[in-house]
Amino acid sequence: MNHYLHFVRVDENKCLGRMKCMRVCPTQAIRVKRGKAKIHDEKCIDCGECITACPTGAIRPLTDPFGELTKFRHTVAVPSPALYAQFGQKITPGKILSGLKKLGFDDAYDLALSCGEVSFALQEYLRENSETKPLIINTCPTVVRLIQVKYPSLIKHITPIDIPREIAAREVKQKKSKQYGLKEKEIGAFYITPCPAKMISIKQPAEKEKSYLDGAISISDIYGPLLSAMENIDQEESGESLDNLCILGLGWAMAGGISRTLKLKNSLTVSGLPEILKVFDDMERGSLQHIDFIEAYSCPQGCIGGSLTVENLYISYNKILRLIEELELKKIKRCPDVKEVRKKYSEGYFLKKHKLRPRPIKPLNDNLTEAIKKRKEIEKIYEKLPKIDCGACGSPTCEAFAEDVAKKESSLLDCVFMLPKKLRYLSNELSELLNKTKSINKTRQNNNKPKTKGKLK
Amino acid sequence: MTEKENVLFRKFEIQGKDFSRAGSISSKIKEILQETGISNSIIRRTAIATYEAELNVVMYADKGILYFSLDPDSIRLKIDDKGKGIKDISLAMKEGYSTATEEYREMGFGAGMGLPNIKKNADKFTVSSYVGKGTTLEILFYLNNSEAL
Repeated sequence: MNHYLHFVRVDENKCLGRMKCMRVCPTQAIRVKRGKAKIHDEKCIDCGECITACPTGAIRPLTDPFGELTKFRHTVAVPSPALYAQFGQKITPGKILSGLKKLGFDDAYDLALSCGEVSFALQEYLRENSETKPLIINTCPTVVRLIQVKYPSLIKHITPIDIPREIAAREVKQKKSKQYGLKEKEIGAFYITPCPAKMISIKQPAEKEKSYLDGAISISDIYGPLLSAMENIDQEESGESLDNLCILGLGWAMAGGISRTLKLKNSLTVSGLPEILKVFDDMERGSLQHIDFIEAYSCPQGCIGGSLTVENLYISYNKILRLIEELELKKIKRCPDVKEVRKKYSEGYFLKKHKLRPRPIKPLNDNLTEAIKKRKEIEKIYEKLPKIDCGACGSPTCEAFAEDVAKKESSLLDCVFMLPKKLRYLSNELSELLNKTKSINKTRQNNNKPKTKGKLK
Repeated sequence: MTEKENVLFRKFEIQGKDFSRAGSISSKIKEILQETGISNSIIRRTAIATYEAELNVVMYADKGILYFSLDPDSIRLKIDDKGKGIKDISLAMKEGYSTATEEYREMGFGAGMGLPNIKKNADKFTVSSYVGKGTTLEILFYLNNSEAL
């Protein structure tokens, strides 16, 4: 199966072909043809950079509409801890969860608790698997896809512990079905997501197993309604204190948070795709063997920097950090019981059932000899180009353009620098032709002149 | 390494002491190999060997040239450098042996794993060197698994 679902779409009616998306795409998956952006399925890793960059709002994530809730008898919201960072300092997670219930969910589940469980499970896994270090956290679906596509040799370094949102959904469904006497499929678990990439991990998990979540609603879609829903909730009703918050869980919202809250000593945190590429390049060459654990997030500063969030990410970072600091100071540890987590861990409760596989980009040709020929052709075309990556042709770089021309997806004349050359060539040809016809005409004229010219005198 | 239709040939220059660019050739070669559909394990081995060779030039030579060629049967790398050369090659091939300065070691380089690491990853590896003139490395990878043994 070579078909990959994507949850980023271009609305052709809104797209003005400004090429901003094409320039920011880290995997060069976007081309602008006839003034409209097109996303290349195989290369797209759903990072959402194009959504943020688009000046006309033409690129949208395909998250679920709110109406999806009516399909289920009982619905549960499972918000990413990044949602807790979206509102002012005074709005506690407890209030946010109450607000979600006011919005129409039958229940709202604090994901921070599951995050806490998984943090402990991770700690166990790190202890047992120190020989494959550094291990890379699998929470960011974009990072997982990037490794599948570009760094297949690093797959064995990705932690196989299931992600908190999946574990939460699984638990919620089991619990609620017992509580209300419903079938598990009658319960809808919806993730409140900071990025479009989570959508894919729900609809098409990287390991091709089924997700326990039924859909995802974007933070930006729910933000306004949630804000007004919270207006009528008084603090007492929702509980203003932070006593119920799991500090380990909060860490999952921001880059470096897992290592900090678990007090891991030898970890590395990286966010933003260009920086991740540098770290993974080094790792692939074997120069990171002294590191134990890598937290890598495609969005700047982690999930709080997701393309579907509302609050300025640095302010969000500050809010999460302040919450963590406050909990650290008060020594509040309302977190899952370590012993219980260890027991569940040893029973395999947290492990993913399926193995992650590489997802290499299709080579230029399946036959190596042909692929080499193609590559040489690309290089030949590239040599003719101006190499300034202006992007006016609709491909992000001259190199990408050369490849598109070789694959016959673009014409060499799409390059604004090739067109004048061609015109000059054509005009030279034309003037040469003109000269030729002139000389022919001259000889013809000469030939047609009466030869008795002299005699007439 | 003559120019033939089914041989892809590239030449890269390496500047001594330019640590910031060390690894760029390795990344470029990895990209070419991924595009042409070479197997992941061979790409990884080639990328590691290329990086070590690059780093050797950056650390010990004034400048060097890396020739890369890919044909349907093999990947070949040849690295020519102008530098001080290697006095005792068999010693240099030993793991842990290094002539790196204290400064380099503090930076995390010069663990004496460079040449041994190339040897470990390559199918064929030869080193020739003239003291005071320079060093030439020739590294070969077979694309056909049966030959690799």
